[in-house]
Amino acid sequence: MPGKLKVKIVAGRHLPVMDRASDLTDAFVEVKFGNTTFKTDVYLKSLNPQWNSEWFKFEVDDEDLQDEPLQITVLDHDTYSANDAIGKVYIDIDPLLYSEAATVISGWFPIYDTIHGIRGEINVVVKVDLFNDLNRFRQSSCGVKFFCTTSIPKCYRAVIIHGFVEELVVNEDPEYQWIDRIRTPRASNEARQRLISLMSGELQRKIGLKVLEMRGNAVVGYLQCFDLEGESGLVVRAIGTACTLDKLSSPAAFLPACNSPSKEMKEIPFNEDPNPNTHSSGPSTPLKNQTYSFSPSKSYSRQSSSSDTDLSLTPKTGMGSGSAGKEGGPFKALLRQQTQSALEQREFPFFTLTAFPPGFLVHVGGVVSARSVKLLDRIHNPAFVGIMGNTRSYKLLDWNSFNSDEPETRDAWWAEIRQEIKSHAKALGCHAVVGYSESTSICEEVCILSASGTAAVLNPRFLQDGTVEGCLEQRLEENLSTRCGFCHIPYDELNMPFPAHLTYCYNCRKQKVPDVLFTTIDLPTDATVIGKGCLIQARLCRLKKKAQAEANATAISNLLPFMEYEVHTQLMNKLKLKGMNALFGLRIQITVGENMLMGLASATGVYLAALPTPGGIQIAGKTPNDGSYEQHISHMQKKINDTIAKNKELYEINPPEISEEIIGSPIPEPRQRSRLLRSQSESSDEVTELDLSHGKKDAFVLEIDDTDAMEDVHSLLTDVPPPSGFYSCNTEIMPGINNWTSEIQMFTSVRVIRLSSLNLTNQALNKNFNDLCENLLKSLYFKLRSMIPCCLCHVNFTVSLPEDELIQVTVTAVAITFDKNQALQTTKTSVEKSLQRASTDNEELLQFPLELCSDSLPSHPFPPVKEHLESASSNSGIPAAQRAVTVEKASPVGDGNFRNRSAPPCANSTVGVVKMTPLSFIPGAKITKYLGIINMFFIRETTSLREEGGVSGFLHAFIAEVFAMVRAHVAALGGNAVVSYIMKQCVFMENPNKNQAQCLINVSGDAVVFVRESDLEVVSSQQPTTNCQSSCTEGEVTT
Amino acid sequence: MTSELDIFVGNTTLIDEDVYRLWLDGYSVTDAVALRVRSGILEQTGATAAVLQSDTMDHYRTFHMLERLLHAPPKLLHQLIFQIPPSRQALLIERYYAFDEAFVWEVLGKKLSKGTKKDLDDISTKTGITLKSCRRQFDNFKRVFKVVEEMRGSLVDNIQQHFLLSDRLARDYAAIVFFANNRFETGKKKLQYLSFGDFAFCAELMIQNGTLGAVDSQMDDMDMDLDKEFLQDMKELKVLAADKDLLDLHKSLVCTALLGKLGVFSEMEANFKNLSRGLVNVAAKLTHNKDVRDLFVDLVEKFVEPCRSDHWPLSDVRFFLNQYSASVHSLDGFRHQALWDRYMGTLRGCLLRLYHD
Repeated sequence: MPGKLKVKIVAGRHLPVMDRASDLTDAFVEVKFGNTTFKTDVYLKSLNPQWNSEWFKFEVDDEDLQDEPLQITVLDHDTYSANDAIGKVYIDIDPLLYSEAATVISGWFPIYDTIHGIRGEINVVVKVDLFNDLNRFRQSSCGVKFFCTTSIPKCYRAVIIHGFVEELVVNEDPEYQWIDRIRTPRASNEARQRLISLMSGELQRKIGLKVLEMRGNAVVGYLQCFDLEGESGLVVRAIGTACTLDKLSSPAAFLPACNSPSKEMKEIPFNEDPNPNTHSSGPSTPLKNQTYSFSPSKSYSRQSSSSDTDLSLTPKTGMGSGSAGKEGGPFKALLRQQTQSALEQREFPFFTLTAFPPGFLVHVGGVVSARSVKLLDRIHNPAFVGIMGNTRSYKLLDWNSFNSDEPETRDAWWAEIRQEIKSHAKALGCHAVVGYSESTSICEEVCILSASGTAAVLNPRFLQDGTVEGCLEQRLEENLSTRCGFCHIPYDELNMPFPAHLTYCYNCRKQKVPDVLFTTIDLPTDATVIGKGCLIQARLCRLKKKAQAEANATAISNLLPFMEYEVHTQLMNKLKLKGMNALFGLRIQITVGENMLMGLASATGVYLAALPTPGGIQIAGKTPNDGSYEQHISHMQKKINDTIAKNKELYEINPPEISEEIIGSPIPEPRQRSRLLRSQSESSDEVTELDLSHGKKDAFVLEIDDTDAMEDVHSLLTDVPPPSGFYSCNTEIMPGINNWTSEIQMFTSVRVIRLSSLNLTNQALNKNFNDLCENLLKSLYFKLRSMIPCCLCHVNFTVSLPEDELIQVTVTAVAITFDKNQALQTTKTSVEKSLQRASTDNEELLQFPLELCSDSLPSHPFPPVKEHLESASSNSGIPAAQRAVTVEKASPVGDGNFRNRSAPPCANSTVGVVKMTPLSFIPGAKITKYLGIINMFFIRETTSLREEGGVSGFLHAFIAEVFAMVRAHVAALGGNAVVSYIMKQCVFMENPNKNQAQCLINVSGDAVVFVRESDLEVVSSQQPTTNCQSSCTEGEVTT
Repeated sequence: MTSELDIFVGNTTLIDEDVYRLWLDGYSVTDAVALRVRSGILEQTGATAAVLQSDTMDHYRTFHMLERLLHAPPKLLHQLIFQIPPSRQALLIERYYAFDEAFVWEVLGKKLSKGTKKDLDDISTKTGITLKSCRRQFDNFKRVFKVVEEMRGSLVDNIQQHFLLSDRLARDYAAIVFFANNRFETGKKKLQYLSFGDFAFCAELMIQNGTLGAVDSQMDDMDMDLDKEFLQDMKELKVLAADKDLLDLHKSLVCTALLGKLGVFSEMEANFKNLSRGLVNVAAKLTHNKDVRDLFVDLVEKFVEPCRSDHWPLSDVRFFLNQYSASVHSLDGFRHQALWDRYMGTLRGCLLRLYHD
């Protein structure tokens, strides 16, 4: 009996009227955990009940603590009929299970009902007493920290980055069970919410076990997704990067924060030992990457063997069945069999991180991606479990029993794709994949699985336990001494995996670099960038015939390579049009619908100083005899050239002129070419290489031979730049802007358009889609105009095709203002000045060697935990703001002079502000504590769509409610912000004829405590001793 | 291509003050967009009409969702759905409860019941204020009235506490509630020259001195109702007008004191008895509800108009009223000094305020 969960129900407020006769409510609360339920007394006739209950105590396994959510149901007591449910609160108690995070969950939670939305609030206090020894876990993995952040969290340092962890759990979707025909929508929604909550808990626990087996203590870049496969079930899958993290708690950290944290970071935690004497390679040694003494397979075989032995100690199957049996009820966990996959997964040298400790990333090869089309229809056609994209033939996989092996099947699907990614990375001479992510798109029974990442060569120092100084230290030195190392090609120049044109690096002039670089990661903090970056999107639609099962899958498989090709071409063209030479944060999303496929690629374009200046775009006509045609072509050409020139000015791209002699290249080769290596299938011999070059021309050539091509060129030119004062990017921070202010605004915007179904052509579709995205961006710029000068960061577009003629685009991003004065200075800078490190200021934001105990800080702009508790526990129904107002009596002195009164009482609100941001940091503030992961899933349904303001009113209210619930949970944990926030799913379905709509939303992020930098300085100078003590005690916990 | 759904939700709720004003003024989305286009916003921002339409819809939706909370402003402070900085919350509330002078004129002193609501249409046509805005303002008056009606303690404080209004606005509402409760007649042609501010000022003085709460702050009762006992007692003042000796004495006292100090001395001397009788009779009649309602009409008829026709400057009116009320202390036969002071204290303030063109 390793844990005791204690819950106290304090009070409720703003409850809905449940008794029409009295206009009041007789409310009571049921508190449920696992199979145990407690009830409070009925608080008669009040909309603001004060239950002030005893402590309800649940004695439970820590395994349950991890899997189960605490379920609080508020009901209206009815003597004669069944009690009416007002709503529920699910509380994930996971943050209480690791000692560094929150110690108590206490606060006002919105009471949520899947039909009515938020109906009042309830004040709850939750505590957990863990009796066990942290080292003895088998079934549970309490103590493993989870972070959504895709970089090393700010107040930690990475000791070892172990690598990829993944897991998936499959279950039947309650929505599709027979019982759903007879139960109410509310019961069905609640069953689904609860199931997903359970599955997430289980998944997280299992991932935690894997991490413990790898001897790690944390998962960074944790990404959990749901696949709603309809009839065939519900898949919850997660990937992440296992790490061993250490809390930063050196006394030196209490020096003022501005004292070059970057230097400190390099010296203390990552003790690099660059040895310039052994520098042996130069321009004369072209076979660069062969000088590395380890081959990818070798360096990883070490780890996989060790993890293999770890795994053998833990019989996972036993644990799985145990948990499944105990659940009882509808929850039937189907657990994957641990067979060969244990070893296999360690063979995936993947990292979900997108930003890395200095020195971690050695070289970047390019984007690797793989897609596979699968049929979900297991019942009708069990033999065909998969149709592999490009092979155009069905592959029989010999899994024996399909019902019990379903997770196995899903696992196998992903294993295939990962294998493919790995082989692509190898082809690029890389032993690892960073910025790795996986996604699915499902339409009826067809599912496209996608994985992508950036092939890279990593510094093995962080990957292994202990110090491995022997073999590789001296060959890494040139990368550490320059900031261009990551641009240098990792592959063998004479044996390139695809035709590419290389030049000597424009920065160090020693190593070869490609002409263009595509990556899925964030811009490395030490990269040298010229000018500013911008959001670049490629958008594409392709019509597809409606078809069934295999025919459908085949049709999709056939379309995919063309889509990829076009998306890539568009990206390349747009990049060149912007006068830039590298893409970061590239995310290509292919969405499948009934009758079309959509492709949306987003990335942040930048000009890397190390890479050559991109050539222009040249237009060539196929029919050179027509005079007017020629004229037209030259007109277009002029327009394109003007646009490039304008963009260069707009993004301040003025690279220093370098004459060819200085480069001294023996091979001043023409530059062009794309280098995105990808494929749609497992067939490695069919790796699609895109050679977009046309002979030896010095520019990117577009041939206009038909109207389609013309359209393409036109569409290139229709993208309007953001209005002045606005920038946008989909990476964490905007290269070239580093004077952020603390004003941030996170938002979600959703648009759905209905296509007119008449004679849709690809062109019309493309135009519609393009307009949809552009208009959406324009609207955002307009809405946020008061924040100018500002940058939209981490712009994340998601496309879905909920119905035949509907396209849904969901955007989440954060707008951050920056200091205009400093921005103006940078515009004025000369060429040298514009060669700034993207990091200089950001590094201070990103890396905090500081560790402060949040409780000792007077974080006055945001009410600290204590105050929150105070107001929470105060039992008088009068809000504090009102109590504060002194009740002044009217004085009988009537001279006609007005009495003096206090200012409007609105000034002091009792609801603390909780910031939300998709970024891993908060500008102008330091994150002092991570309180745990927030992972929430909500369903909202309505049968009175019109009354709730139509689809827009319905979804608007729902998203606002989701934000509110996230904020409430964070506040209850004692936090004041969510970082790395992401809305992973927003599935919206409507049936206007029936006046119904349903929406599912899944969000996640890291709850944190942050302190304004200005406050921090004051505090650290005032009470350094207190802070030191508290941080020391906290530091000890990391084991 | 038609837009089925189009929403924007910020972690901090975006409030556009201009759009909020349009919404409060009761314009439809289409009208609001047209008005915004006319304001030149498209040129300033380079946006398209479609963007403006979408933005306006979005704000309207937000306001619509907020409206429920604005009906009970403390709820706005404690709700969790919309994260709004306190200064913005205050602005939302203040603007929501703000009213048009033209509108308040029409309903001041009227019963805030359903019957009047039907007249909103007429008011809307008469004032040019949209029906929607009229309805909001009327409902605000009614809501505030309903909440504070039965409440003890200071009227302004109650309003401020339950509606979180600024001091200024809370006072205005107190006046509106007070007028509605006592049904003072304000619609007469004679009173047209007065502003809402004038009435509000008088209401405040009357609340301070003429209501139950005013006499004894410990015995806190309603600020809304005039002190019946006080009104009853004022019958006793009648003697000042009825007793000829007293009236003459009073006149001579005032005239002696003001001799040479008043520009309009002769006019005052000639009119003294009329004016005094008027003021005293107003006080004595207040036991009847009908006469309470006509208080302002009477004051204007009996005092303001006669003085105005003789072109009394305001300073002379002040001198006169001060002396007029002070001289009563020297009247030996008069025993209701305290009552007189309470009455005249309020009345002097009101009359000075009402005395203008």
